[in-house]
Amino acid sequence: MIPLSYYLILSAILFCLGVAGFIIKTDVITVFISIELMLNGVNLSFVAFSHFLRDIGGNIFVFFVMVVAAAEASVGLAIIVAVYRNRTTLNVDKMNLLKL
Amino acid sequence: MPNATFFLISLVKCGVVLFVLLTLVAYIQLAERKIVGRMQSRVGPTRVGPFGLLQPAADAVKFILKEDITPDSAHKFLYLLSPALSATLSMLAITVIPIGGGTIRLFGQNTPMQITDINVGLLFILGVTSLGVYGIVLAGWSSNSKYSLLGSLRGASQMISYELALGLALIGPVILAGSLSLRKIVDAQQHYWFLLPQFLAFLIYLTAAFAETNRIPFDLPEAEGELGAGYHTEYSAMKFALFFLAEYINMITVSCVATLVFLGGWHGPVFGPAILQAILPLFWFVLKVCFFLFLYIWVRGTLPRFRYDQLMAFGWKVLVPLALGNILVTSLIVGLLA
Amino acid sequence: MQVALFFVFATLAVAGAVNLLVQRAPINAALSLVAVMGALAVLYLLLGAEFIAFVQILVYAGAIMVLFVFVIMLLNAQPDPSSHRSRVARVIGIPVLVLLVVEFCGFLATQFANAPVRMGEYISSTEELGTALFRRYLLPFEVTSVLFLVGLIGAVLLAARREDPPVADRDAPSVTRKSPGELVIR
Repeated sequence: MIPLSYYLILSAILFCLGVAGFIIKTDVITVFISIELMLNGVNLSFVAFSHFLRDIGGNIFVFFVMVVAAAEASVGLAIIVAVYRNRTTLNVDKMNLLKL
Repeated sequence: MPNATFFLISLVKCGVVLFVLLTLVAYIQLAERKIVGRMQSRVGPTRVGPFGLLQPAADAVKFILKEDITPDSAHKFLYLLSPALSATLSMLAITVIPIGGGTIRLFGQNTPMQITDINVGLLFILGVTSLGVYGIVLAGWSSNSKYSLLGSLRGASQMISYELALGLALIGPVILAGSLSLRKIVDAQQHYWFLLPQFLAFLIYLTAAFAETNRIPFDLPEAEGELGAGYHTEYSAMKFALFFLAEYINMITVSCVATLVFLGGWHGPVFGPAILQAILPLFWFVLKVCFFLFLYIWVRGTLPRFRYDQLMAFGWKVLVPLALGNILVTSLIVGLLA
Repeated sequence: MQVALFFVFATLAVAGAVNLLVQRAPINAALSLVAVMGALAVLYLLLGAEFIAFVQILVYAGAIMVLFVFVIMLLNAQPDPSSHRSRVARVIGIPVLVLLVVEFCGFLATQFANAPVRMGEYISSTEELGTALFRRYLLPFEVTSVLFLVGLIGAVLLAARREDPPVADRDAPSVTRKSPGELVIR
């Protein structure tokens, strides 16, 4: 059998890689993809605990995380499309019109 | 069942299903050409073999020997990945389709007549269908050509829209059967087929299935007169054959699911001696699947194709609300009667 | 055998995530994420969550990531040119990241070291999930449906193409500047 900590370690690694991608990448779509990676890492953690504690609540939470990820991805990508139409760039560093 | 025996049995079942599937695809293609030919007052292929029965073999040889052209500016990895992805995903969906009620004996173990029975079989098929969009999207994008890109964008948005109607239409029978496992859905149809209470869901499912498999009247992504060949314009020889294989296997999968969920699967009059009683359920199943395949070919020879905006409007404004209404009414009736 | 399955798919998930960081073109990053989601779906199956595993494939890998790939195709996102980030960030940043990961994993390994997870001990059935969703968690369910409605309206409003402003001289051809690489489909 597999210790619970293995699943949690895998979840932590995926989450940290997502954070790294979020901070390092300069392309706004790749930043969004890193956010999705973070959410997936957290989902794994929820499902692992749901199995460990024999509670269905973990699965329900994963359901809601997926729902929120879907809503956030659709609105976020619509914003990216709108910003691209005005600035014609996808570089995060160049979206700095609010900078003093 | 010990692990090694389980693997061996699964391997044998996979091999048998693959062989049957590939032969079936070849002969469906021949049947389509002949039936559409008869509908257009001509005979189909007749020269290769008696009544043209060896035509698929000739086609296979042609596909293998044709020159394999790769456009210079195509993204190599995705260009090679897309047909393989399409073909693999379509074959994955067959693994949960049961073809008979009983069990057969292989290597001393009793095993059901499907490769595997999972509790959420219908959800698995829907998931694999939704992954099938990637084959089309990546094919169009990686070909780096206008016709391919247009065809693939249209095809992908069509598939995503009708996938919703497909899934929602299937929920009605799931409510009646109480399970997502295909075997349990068929077992719940012992007294009456789900065609009767769920006729609207059946029509919605059939229409959405035509759109999912990109067949006429919804075949704008491959529109032969308008878009070159849509998303597989730049593919030749074996890669084209893989797309083609994927399309026909999708047709077979969808027909099998329609049979299992709406037409009672292998239920039918069973009579006679023991050997006949074992074969008859399989015969009824094959007969019903062949009926759906004939319906596909019949519609192909008869109807014109939808325009893209008509197609999208129909999917979102007609099919999805109807399917939702069907779920509402079904669950109300089931809840009130229980 | 489940240990072998776990390690194979865990390695696949981490390899996909690392590939996501390494790749420069957004399309490759998106497809790496799809591979990660597939590997995670198998891990969910090992943990008995069969409905969640297939909903992950259906919704996450099959719809959300398709949306990402669509947007990447429509905006024709090009591979990242080499970044002009400071070398200091890289020299300090990567060791700090590794330190963070090691600290996380060390804490988790010591806290839950004796908690075995056996495949098949708890299989969350779809019926149980549905019952909990519609009884105990009904309020979040209804709130998320409102969330979806808001998101839908917002996305359609933001991404809809604006009408071209009316040209004063009706005879002159209307000239609209399209950004390079943007595909116009009417």
